[in-house]
Order: sequence, then structure tokens, then C-alpha cells
Amino acid sequence: MSAIIEVDGLRRTFSVRRRRSRFRRERHEVRAVDGISFELGAGEAVGYIGPNGAGKSTTVKMLTGILVPSGGRLRVAGLDPSARRTELARHIGVVFGQRTGLWWDLPLRDSYELLGRIYRVPRPTYDANLERLVDLLDLGPLLEQPVRQLSLGQRMRGDIAAALLHDPTILYLDEPTIGLDVMSKAKLRQFLRELNTESGTTILLTTHDLVDIEQVCRRVMVIDHGRLVFDGGFEQLHREGGARRTVVVDLAAPTEPLSVPGATVSRIDGPRQWLSLPAGASSAPVVAALGARDDLIDLSIQEPAIEDVITALYTR
Amino acid sequence: MAEAVRGFAIIAGAWMRAAMTYRTSFVLGTVVQFVITFMDFAAIIIMFGHIEAFGGFSISEIALLYAISGFGLGAADLLVGNAEALGRRIRDGSFDQMLVRPVPALVQVAADHFALRRLGRIAQSSAVLAWAMSAAPIDWTVARVVVLVAAMASGSVIFSAIFVMGGAFQVFAGDAAEVANAFTYGGNTLTQYPLTIYPTELVKGVTFIVPLAFVNWYPGLYILGIDDPFGLPDWLRFASPVAALVFVAAAAAIWRTAVRRYRSTGS
Repeated sequence: MSAIIEVDGLRRTFSVRRRRSRFRRERHEVRAVDGISFELGAGEAVGYIGPNGAGKSTTVKMLTGILVPSGGRLRVAGLDPSARRTELARHIGVVFGQRTGLWWDLPLRDSYELLGRIYRVPRPTYDANLERLVDLLDLGPLLEQPVRQLSLGQRMRGDIAAALLHDPTILYLDEPTIGLDVMSKAKLRQFLRELNTESGTTILLTTHDLVDIEQVCRRVMVIDHGRLVFDGGFEQLHREGGARRTVVVDLAAPTEPLSVPGATVSRIDGPRQWLSLPAGASSAPVVAALGARDDLIDLSIQEPAIEDVITALYTR
Repeated sequence: MAEAVRGFAIIAGAWMRAAMTYRTSFVLGTVVQFVITFMDFAAIIIMFGHIEAFGGFSISEIALLYAISGFGLGAADLLVGNAEALGRRIRDGSFDQMLVRPVPALVQVAADHFALRRLGRIAQSSAVLAWAMSAAPIDWTVARVVVLVAAMASGSVIFSAIFVMGGAFQVFAGDAAEVANAFTYGGNTLTQYPLTIYPTELVKGVTFIVPLAFVNWYPGLYILGIDDPFGLPDWLRFASPVAALVFVAAAAAIWRTAVRRYRSTGS
């Protein structure tokens, strides 16, 4: 597997003016990305996670050429992103979850048509790609609608199709599932998984939602305060971090603490009990064991929050 | 360069087609633009109902200056006027999107929401120019026609450069569209009248700092065959294309610096 993204000692600082008093202002440097290094192989799907303000978006913006790095070395598809931005653009697709790459006032179909021409996608390729993406992302009924009339989930699907029309080798997604309902999230994850395994598109995904990573990526990088604090497999993240999933069980009546192999009771409140199990392990046997009880009324699983996983990484 | 023109044509074309789906709105918009800019010239006509000359210039001579400046601003506004909305684009994140597409960002900024109704100002200026060319006491020669055409082209370039600089300025200073407006629309208003009505310091400023005097004043003096009232050298009359090239090179350098210094917004 050859490296398609090479990052070595990448840094980005911002100078921020802070008001000290009415007239005095103080400049100080904020290190948003503080010397990170990694390589991504062609065809990898990697999750890039971290708390707000950790430097995720700043990294992605340097990888796409939007921001010029303050230091370090950076190559994407063999190019220096900020110096050869328009050339790099043909190799990458970018989806910013909070924003749209579509034209607000144009119908979805016109936005695609325009992008196809901007990227010089040959007509037969364009037609084939559009048909495939419309089919996979269920966009057929939306094509004639102006983008401003689409719901958040519809727009996100529209944006992902827009980012893939020119067959990019690398797809960056910044918080693609933020604000989506459960069904939309599930469909989107499945689409990304297939895109990665079938088309071999390299995916770099930033997210707050660990489930996104679990279902799409085999590798996770964790950034905090501008530094990489973890780079490895998803199971390893949970093993090393020691984060735990919680199963919340509602029973018909209060009973003594449940005894389920692989899980421990962490809290009891009347008929409701909280069971905790390692996040790296499967929850299926625990759920099955609980399902066998006839006094079970309801059951739900809470995934560990990203902040907990990161806290756990520090205290290991 | 060819890539830039192609990109502009593609994006502008899409917006023109989109506008044509609302044909009535397009026609109304163009007519309204024409009428508004015409009212602007009507003010000068009314003024001349009370006076014979203004700053030593007759109404037909002023009409010539007015038309060259108006044409330059109109053409610049049509092509790159959208640069003044850059502050908004930075805030809503659409500028980030432009930076990841294979067409120069400035071309995308300029062509986005391209609106042909902006032809209104060009149409009005052309009408005033046609009248001025026949009414003003001009001894038409080939050289004078060449200077006129060069002035119209140079004026368009100078106003375009100001729009681009104004856009670049917003990368550093947030939403500051008004600063650029002071020089584009403000510069247009200033150059609609003969510079003889202004103090010498201002005339030097618009000659050597922001080259607005090259839009219409110096070439206008040549076309009208008038000696420079400020006694500045005669070669300035032919220097408009040079001034435009120097100024547009400065604008390009400022734009490139702005993109390299761009900080994007949070998230």
C-alpha cells in the first residue's frame, strides 16, 4: 500500500489579539496544530477524532490547501496542497458537514451539471457517476429542487454526491453525520463503507460520533490540543483507553443486581439498572442474556462519549 | 488564463440560464438599473439648466467624462463586482468550498451569481457616450478614437482592480465592503465631474496613488484638446493603459497574499 497522504511535523499557528484593557491589545499565538505526523495509504478509511477546537478542521483545511501550514511537510497525492491547490482539487472530494458545496439557489441537478463542467468530467463518465450516485444516495426525487428547499439529511446526501462526481481518490468528510437522524446516519455509514471497499476511495472522516468510526473506519487517529495522542485500530483504542459502554435495563420490578457474564452493574435505581462493559467487546452476548429474562421491559445501549475515550487515554 | 476564462464562462453561463427561467424578473431588473443610472445623469442635466459651465467644462464635455467613467465602472461591476461580497462568503464558508475546486478562487468569486442586469449601467453610459461624441466640440482623428477606446478598457481594468483589492481587504478586515465601495462607486462619482473643481492634492492623489484620473480625466483632456489646468505633463494623457497594468498587477499581488494569509473560520 503506497502512501497517498504524507504528513510530517505539520504545524499551524494563529495569532490572536486579545483585549487587555480598553486600549491595550495583546497578541499571542495559538497552536491549533502542533507538530503532527502520519501517513495514509491509498484505500484506507481513517477516522480523525478529537474534542472541539482540538485541531481536526485545521488539519483537514491544510490537507485540502485551504490553509497554508506554518511549518512541517505535507504531501497529498504527491502535491503540496496550498501551492498547487487547483491541481489537487481534481484528486480530492471535500464535504463540510456544516456547510454546503452546492449552490443554494440552483436546483440540485444544475449544481451537479455545473460541477461536472468545472471538473471537466467527460460526459459518459458524468452520466454514469450521476446515475450511480442518485441511485445509491436516493436523490432521484430531489434533483429538480433548489438546494435551499432540502432538509439537512437530503442536503448532506446531495453534498456527498457533489463531492464524488469527479471520481476523487481521496474523500474528506468533516462531521458528515452531525444533526442527522438515526436512519440517515445508518444509510450514510453504509454508503461510505461500500465506497471505501468497492471503489477503493481513501476516506478521512472527522466526527464527534464514535459509531461513525466504528462502522466506517478500521483506523482511528485522536488529536487533542493540536497533537496526535493515538493512532491505531478501533479495538485498540477501546482497549488502551478502557472506555466502557453502558447498557441501561428496565425491569418489571426492582430486583437484586443482575448477574450477566462480561458486564458489571454500575448503578441501580429502583427497577432500572446500569450495566457497564468494555467498549471494545461486543454487546451482543450481554443483550442476548438480558433478552432471555421475562421481566425485561426495555433496554438501551449508550456508547462512550468521545471526551470519555480521550480522558481515558490520558489516564491509562 | 484560458482556464480562468473558461471557468468564468461556465459558472456565469449557469447563472445566466438560471436567471432566464425568471425572464420577467431579468427584464425588470435590467430596466430598473438603466433607469436608476439615468436619473444619476438627469441630475447633471438639471444642474446645467442653471449654469453654462462647471469647472470650465460644458455639459457635453462633462458627458464625455461621465460616460467613460460609467462604462469602466459598469464593465468592472459586471465582471468582478461580486468580489465585494467576499466578506459574506468567508463567513458562510462558501469561500472554503471555492478553494477546493479546480478553478482559480477569484474567478469563482467573480462569476458566482453573475447577473446580466448589471448591463444596465453599461447601456446607460453607452447612450450618454453616443450623445457626447456628437455634441461635444471634438476634432475626431484616429488617434483620438484610439485614446477613447484605450481609456474605456483601462477604466474597466482600474475599477476591476479596485473591486479585487476591496475583496482582498476583507480577508484581513472581515466584512468591510464599504471601504471598497468608497473607491469604486465613490471613485465613479468623483470622476463624473472635471477634476478642476477639486483641490490639487486630491488630483495628485487620484493620479499617483489610486489612479482614478487615468480612467477618464487625462484621456478626456486629449480627446477634448484641452491643456492640463494643473500643468501636469502631457504624456499622462497617453498613460492610462500603463497605469491600469501597474494597478492591476498590484491588485493581483494583494489578492495572492490575501489567499495565502487566509485563516478560514472556525470548524
